[in-house]
Order: sequence, then C-alpha cells, then structure tokens
Amino acid sequence: MQFWIIQGLNSLSLGGLLFLLSSGFSLIFGLMRLANLTHGAFFMLGTYFGATAMRAFDGLNIWVTALGAGVAVAAIGGLFERLVLTRLKTNPLGQVLVTLGMSFIISDACLMFWGGDSIPVPTPQNLQAPMRVLGFVFPTYRLVLVGCAIAAAIVLYFLLERTRLGAMIRAGVDDRQMARAVGIPVSNLFTIVFCLGAGIAGAGGVLGGPILSAYPGLDADMLPLALIVVILGGIGSLLGAFIGSFIIGFIYTFGTALFPELAYIILFLPMIFVIAFRPQGLFGRVGA
Amino acid sequence: MRWTGIALVAASFLVPPFFAGDFYVNLASQILIAAIFALSLNLLVGFGGMTSLGHASYLGVAAYISALLTTRYGFGHGPAAVISLAGTTALAAFFGVIALRATGLGFLMITLALSQVLWGLAYRVSNVTNGDNGIAGLTRPMPFGISIDSAVSFYWFALIVATFAFVMMTIFVSSAFGSTLKGVRDQSRRMAALGFNPWMIRWITFIYAGFWGGVSGLLYVYYNKYIHPTSLSTTSSAEALLGVIAGGSGTLGGPAVGAALVLLLKNYVSAYLERWNMLLGLVFLFIVLVMPTGIVPGFSRLMAGLRGGSR
Repeated sequence: MQFWIIQGLNSLSLGGLLFLLSSGFSLIFGLMRLANLTHGAFFMLGTYFGATAMRAFDGLNIWVTALGAGVAVAAIGGLFERLVLTRLKTNPLGQVLVTLGMSFIISDACLMFWGGDSIPVPTPQNLQAPMRVLGFVFPTYRLVLVGCAIAAAIVLYFLLERTRLGAMIRAGVDDRQMARAVGIPVSNLFTIVFCLGAGIAGAGGVLGGPILSAYPGLDADMLPLALIVVILGGIGSLLGAFIGSFIIGFIYTFGTALFPELAYIILFLPMIFVIAFRPQGLFGRVGA
Repeated sequence: MRWTGIALVAASFLVPPFFAGDFYVNLASQILIAAIFALSLNLLVGFGGMTSLGHASYLGVAAYISALLTTRYGFGHGPAAVISLAGTTALAAFFGVIALRATGLGFLMITLALSQVLWGLAYRVSNVTNGDNGIAGLTRPMPFGISIDSAVSFYWFALIVATFAFVMMTIFVSSAFGSTLKGVRDQSRRMAALGFNPWMIRWITFIYAGFWGGVSGLLYVYYNKYIHPTSLSTTSSAEALLGVIAGGSGTLGGPAVGAALVLLLKNYVSAYLERWNMLLGLVFLFIVLVMPTGIVPGFSRLMAGLRGGSR
C-alpha cells in the first residue's frame, strides 16, 4: 500500500514537471506550427542556470531563481526567434531543422561550460522537511511542484482565455491570415509566445532541478517526454498537455518502479494507442 | 560530356585504393556507409516528402541485432545478416504504421519519439545491449570465404554493396512506383482522386528506406566492429538528415555528396577539437539559412549558368 501511495505522489510530481515542460512546447506549436526541438535544451539551460545561481549564492530563494532563469532563457529564445526563425517563415521544415541545430549548440555549450559531471540543485531549506500524507512520509518539495504546475496551468488558462493578448493568440491559432487582416500583429505574437514557451521551460528546469539535477543529456531525456505528452494530449491544446503530462507521469513512474528496463516501451504504448485511434491526440482538434 | 562525368566518378571510386594509405581508404569506406544511409533517408525526405528524424533507428537496430546474434547467440554472419535485415525491415513496417498516421511535423515528431525510445532502450536494457559500454569485440564476415579484415578489402566490399544499393534505390525512384511516390509528395489528394492509395505508397517507401538503412547499419557494424547507443541517437539521425539536405534532397547523388561532406567535416574537426555537436548545429543553421536547396543543385545551377555563358 505504501508503495502505491508513494509512487502515486511521485507520479503526480513528475506529471507537474512534465506540464511545465510541455505546456510551452504545445503553446508554441499551436500558434507557430513549429515543432520546437530546442525545448529540451531550454529546459536544461534553465536547470544549469538555477544550479549555478543557487550554488553561487547560498540560500538563494528557488522561486526567485526560477523567475530569473525563466527570464534569461526567454531572452535567449526571443533572440533566436527574432534572428533566425523569422527568416524562415515560409519554410516550416527549415524552422524545425534550425531548432534542432540550436539544441545541439546549446547542449554542447552546456557541456563546455559546466562539464560532464551532474550538478545537484539544492532543495529549498524550508521545504526540506518531509511531510506526512495519509500517514506516509513524503518529500514536501515534490508536492509543491504539483502545486506549481497547477498554478501555471491556471495562469496560462487565464492568460489565453481572459486577456486581450490571449484573445489575439487564439485568433492567430485559428486563422493566421484573418488575424493579420484585422490588424493583429501576428509576428510580434510569435515572438511573445516563443519567449513565453521558452521561459516556462527554463523556469520548469530550475524547479525540476532538485529532483533531476543538471547533467549533460538532460535535454535528450526531456525532449522525447515532451513530444510524447503533446502527441498524446493533442498538439496545441493546453488541456491536452495538462492531462497528458499526468498520464505520462503515472505511466513513467510506475513503469520505472515495476519494470525498470521496459519503462521506455511502456511509456510509448499509450502514444501508439492514441495515434492509432485518435491521431489528433486526446484533446487535439482535427486539422490543428 | 555525360560519359566523361560518369567515367570520372567511377575512376574516383576505383583508383584510390591502389595507392592511398589505409587511413584514407578507411575514410572512403566510412563515406560509402554514410552515403547508403543518407540515400535511404533521401527516399523518405526527398522523394516522399516525409522528413524523418528517426532514421538512425534502422541503422542502429540492424547493427545491434547483428552484433547480438554473432557474439551472444553464436550465429554465423550469414544468418545473422539475414535475420538482422528482416528484423529491421519488420521494425520499419511497424514504425511506418504508427508514424504515417500523421504527415509533416506530426510525422517528424513521431519518428523522433520512436527513435528516442530505441535509444533509451539501448542505454537502459544493459543486460542485453551492455548499455553505455556498447558491444565490442565483433568480427567482420567472410563473404564467399574472402577475408575483408584489411582496409582495402573492406573498401571493395563496401563499394560493391554501395553500388548495388545506389542502383536499387535509383531503380526504385525512376520506376513507375517512384513517379507515384513523387505524385503523392506533391499532390496527395489528387493522387487519391486518381485511384492511388497515398498511405500504401508512403508505407512501402518507408519500409524500403528502412531496409536500406538496415544495410548501411550492417556495414557500419562490420566496419567499426563495435556498436554503441550513440549510433541510435538523434545526433546520428540529424547528421544523415543534414547530409541529405546539404547535398540536395530529392536528387539522386546529392545526399551521397552531402553525407561525404558531413563525414569529412566530422573527421577533420574531431582531430582538432571536441566540439563536433556545436559545429553540427552551426552547420545546420548555415545550410538552412544560406543554402536551403543544397550544395549539388546549387553547383549544377552554377555549371548550367557557366555553360550557358560560354555558348
């Protein structure tokens, strides 16, 4: 019984982390029709920034670090979007290829600056004490992470559904040409959304740091998870990314715990299942 | 003009092994292997309009099957090669069914995710694949009792296989089926309206490309006598894709040239610095931004322009 509850809570925290990773990916894909293969690298960059900052300044608050790293990664993403991606507007394949190239550059740069050893990110001191859930001891930080993901989901939901910016983004998602025609600056929206997506990934990287720690290859580990989440949930759908993250969180955690060597295959079964019966994903729209 | 060109190409493949040193002969063998791999990917990318980022799966799986069968289960090279190619082709058929539910970016993402799963398996299922240590101590086969252990003999072996592969893939795209494939790439709805089955055409191409990917994987493992999970990684797929695009996707010989350039660059750079991945990324950016149609089409345009000018 203890096993199931502990692993269940672990699944929730991994799901939360995956949502921070994949929501930005999904958002970018929804508006820009761009499979951003740099996303795993943005996440890893966030983790490295966080690890460096929190080890350099002892006792630095993790929330401040996450915010700072998120802004830094968003700035890098924004530069990349403005300098490279905008030039390839008419060439979607070219865009994917440069995001792939960019991910190689970032991951190799991380290896160059931070070396091959993994760098742990300290857990915030006030969240270090374990917590008792239904009589079981459990790390507090992991539960807080779930809270973060839910908070991020709510903020994103309000941003997209209740603000003027969100209305413009939705208009751009539905019909880019018409949105342009009625005077919505779609190119600027692209930059904003790309920064936002990169920033969430960067901040998510910091918040995931205490669990994952920063190591070379983190990007290659996270990107397929993001891909699987959005293929499962439906590309471009926030709700799909949310549900998909927790489904994959559960499958991956229990898969690793029960059949450690087959976790990767188990992970990919729901994806096959969804693609076979609902190619647009659980919450995706046809033609999206 | 045409025949002198062909004679020059043939001579450039046939003459070097007689006087070049082992280092260069080995490099040429590696180029041949990379060329088969890139050509097989080009069937998908260039002629089928299906950009796959998971083509390393077939190279890696063929290599792993052969390595495992010969070292662990005591198979001879002949049966191991047959089983390995059959297994790889079956894998391509299975992956094709999944990935071809989508087109365009969806297809690309699914192929990437599938190949990452295989890469993860190769790393994690270490009691089978030996994980990060890879499988070492492999041997080369003895086709018809002839040893191909020396650099030059392996080159001839690779050249024969590569020529055969090139001819087979050229026949494939020049055939009536190849025309329907290009039709599906450009106008899949019209092809469907004409009574063709676009899905089936794509699937057959996917399997065929997987098969030749497997052939290059066999050569790869024979050449290196070692196999490591990195041969299944995204970098491996991306290098091949870069070769295809740099050489000119959808041309017959372009991807082979592109693959050769990528390989030479990799070898040359690795001798001086460790930052191959970063350079690979930069070359990606450069090719896509500056030479989106590739080097070979660009060069042919240049030649056509020169010829037009001299007339």
